[in-house]
Amino acid sequence: MAAPALVLFGVFALVPLAGVVVLSFMSWDGLGAPQWAGADNWVNAAADPVTRNAVWLTVKLTVFGYLFQAPVSLLLGVYTASRTRHREVLAVLYFLPLLFSSAAVALTFKGLLDPNFGFGAALDLPLLARDWLGDPDLALGVVVFVVGWCFIPFHALLYQGGVRQIPASLYEAARIDGAGPASQFLHITLPQLKYTIVTSSTLMLVGSLTYFDLVFVLTAGGPGGATRILPLDMYLTGFRSYDMGQASAVGVVLVAVGLALALGLNRLSGAHRMESRQEGA
Amino acid sequence: MAPSSAGRTLTAAAAVLTLSAAAGCGGFGGGGSDPGDGGATAWALTGGSEEAFRTSFASWNEANPDREISVEWFANDAYKEKIRTAVGSGNAPTLVFNWSGGTLADYAQSGQVQDLSGQVDGVTDKLLPSVAANAEVGGEVYAVPNNQAQPVVLYYTEEVLADAGVEPPETFADMLEAVDALKDEDVVPIALAGQSVWPELMWIQYLTDRVGGPEAFQRILDGEEGAWSDPAVIEAATAISDLVEAGAFGDGFASVDADSGADTALLHTGKAGMLLQGSWVYPNMVSDAPEFVEDGLGYTTFPEVEDGSGDPSNIVGNPANFWSVSSDASEEDRQTAVDYINDQVYSEENVQSLLDLGAVPPVTGLEEEIAEQDDPAHLEFTYGMVRDAGHFQLSWDQALPPDQAQELLSNLDLLFLGELTPEEFGAAMDSTL
Repeated sequence: MAAPALVLFGVFALVPLAGVVVLSFMSWDGLGAPQWAGADNWVNAAADPVTRNAVWLTVKLTVFGYLFQAPVSLLLGVYTASRTRHREVLAVLYFLPLLFSSAAVALTFKGLLDPNFGFGAALDLPLLARDWLGDPDLALGVVVFVVGWCFIPFHALLYQGGVRQIPASLYEAARIDGAGPASQFLHITLPQLKYTIVTSSTLMLVGSLTYFDLVFVLTAGGPGGATRILPLDMYLTGFRSYDMGQASAVGVVLVAVGLALALGLNRLSGAHRMESRQEGA
Repeated sequence: MAPSSAGRTLTAAAAVLTLSAAAGCGGFGGGGSDPGDGGATAWALTGGSEEAFRTSFASWNEANPDREISVEWFANDAYKEKIRTAVGSGNAPTLVFNWSGGTLADYAQSGQVQDLSGQVDGVTDKLLPSVAANAEVGGEVYAVPNNQAQPVVLYYTEEVLADAGVEPPETFADMLEAVDALKDEDVVPIALAGQSVWPELMWIQYLTDRVGGPEAFQRILDGEEGAWSDPAVIEAATAISDLVEAGAFGDGFASVDADSGADTALLHTGKAGMLLQGSWVYPNMVSDAPEFVEDGLGYTTFPEVEDGSGDPSNIVGNPANFWSVSSDASEEDRQTAVDYINDQVYSEENVQSLLDLGAVPPVTGLEEEIAEQDDPAHLEFTYGMVRDAGHFQLSWDQALPPDQAQELLSNLDLLFLGELTPEEFGAAMDSTL
């Protein structure tokens, strides 16, 4: 039964992946035949200040992105899980960004943040009228924010579902024991959400390695390379500089780090043992 | 179904998938011209001079029903990414649309496009000399221009300049003075789409040419050691740093985007005084702000630099787009392509359809035709620029090989952001030679 799926996965995922690994040891400009290059691409990629900076930017984007998205989506999820009318209305509004394509989101923010025609100029607020996307010190922060704006709804949805799965009896028992909302959250909600947190964190962290479309449209890696994260660096090296070998080396690194991160998180959290969190509930 | 037949079906399915994946990588689903699959092919771009291409292919196909050319249409960015892989994998269309420069040299050196010397004289004899020079690689003709010339022009807002009491600058010193005067009026002196980076190229190209002539960039193209630290390039880069420091481009130029027309919008909303851009922005301004274009838009050539050795008639920009003929095509299809070029490119009908689009074909003797157009002033101006140009410099990012072009864009971006000094810029670029 699984054969068609396996064939598709093999042809469209494993074969290209193997191709990229092979290509990372070759020198190819897209024209003519690829030449064997040994470890040159790897040495060049490791020594290239642009690629090194891209690694550093990706780490920053991952860490800051996680620090921004995880708490906000957890709190939003918990808040919208309760079934009161106004919260359900708010929940619908909060989830709207999930429906927008990232290219559209990026174009919209680009327009809003434009220093000459954006909301800063329109509302005449000096605080907002900054060169958000043109200042190398601000641009990465804007990217973290916009990425968060796009993905928080999805993670909030995960948490909302997770919270709704928690048996009400646990909260009743806690209330009888005199626990307030804060300690209910700390001692029931959070531990019960452990696997949701693992899933959501894995998606967030591994996802940070693949942000491309949003950043490409929003800043194209600029200004001055201030938002040239690894996936963008791979694309620009491959399809603008036509250095397919070095781009493939960057691609292999992305795959390896992504896999290691996903497996590591799974192991660290013990989620692979899939123990029930509700024994005795 | 018997197990063995299920297995065969699976194998077949896998084979089909593998094949289609392979085709997807190389040929993009049969768009290319495998030798002998019957008929010449062409890939062309949508937008711009699309209508002129459509008319010329339709005329050819009508006149030559036994040798029809089938055309596929692509958006600019999608095309640029596909064509290279297609040419590299032997799946190129017969007529290869290109920008000449470094990429054409790559094609020619790896033998993927034909040497057309002597075969297309019908077209090359008509060309303005400054444009014709761009179709050659090592003295041989490897390409033929196929649409309009687009020089880079200094546009300005008459009203904003008048309010600040300045004239359109004729020298670089005038320009610096104008910048100060415009800043006092609280407008952006010169609109610049820094986020797109490529408009920054126009500045270093014009300045280098005005200071040191085309020879300075030729030394870079020839790969001479230290050519980026040539005094002309350093002086041009210094002039850019001076402009940035003087606030010529405003505080927010690094987030102005040319693709969405934010730079032209600054000009026609009166928020900026001047704009250095390719003549291709003119039709957009006509549709976005017709009244402004009619009585408020001025245009002139790039100012001279005092003591510079460059000829002030020299221009930069896009001389045209080009056709080359793929070496992968069958002999018959190649002949069809060459005949199409001789018959149709800059034929009377083709010239007329380009002029109807407000585009200037780079051929000699068009003064009368242009004067008959509805809005001849801008056409006459750009045609005159190209006709009288001592040298027409193809955009550096097209002229250089792609990897060097990308380095140039990154380093130029840093120069404009003030993160590289002119000397550091020269040194960083020297390391790419």
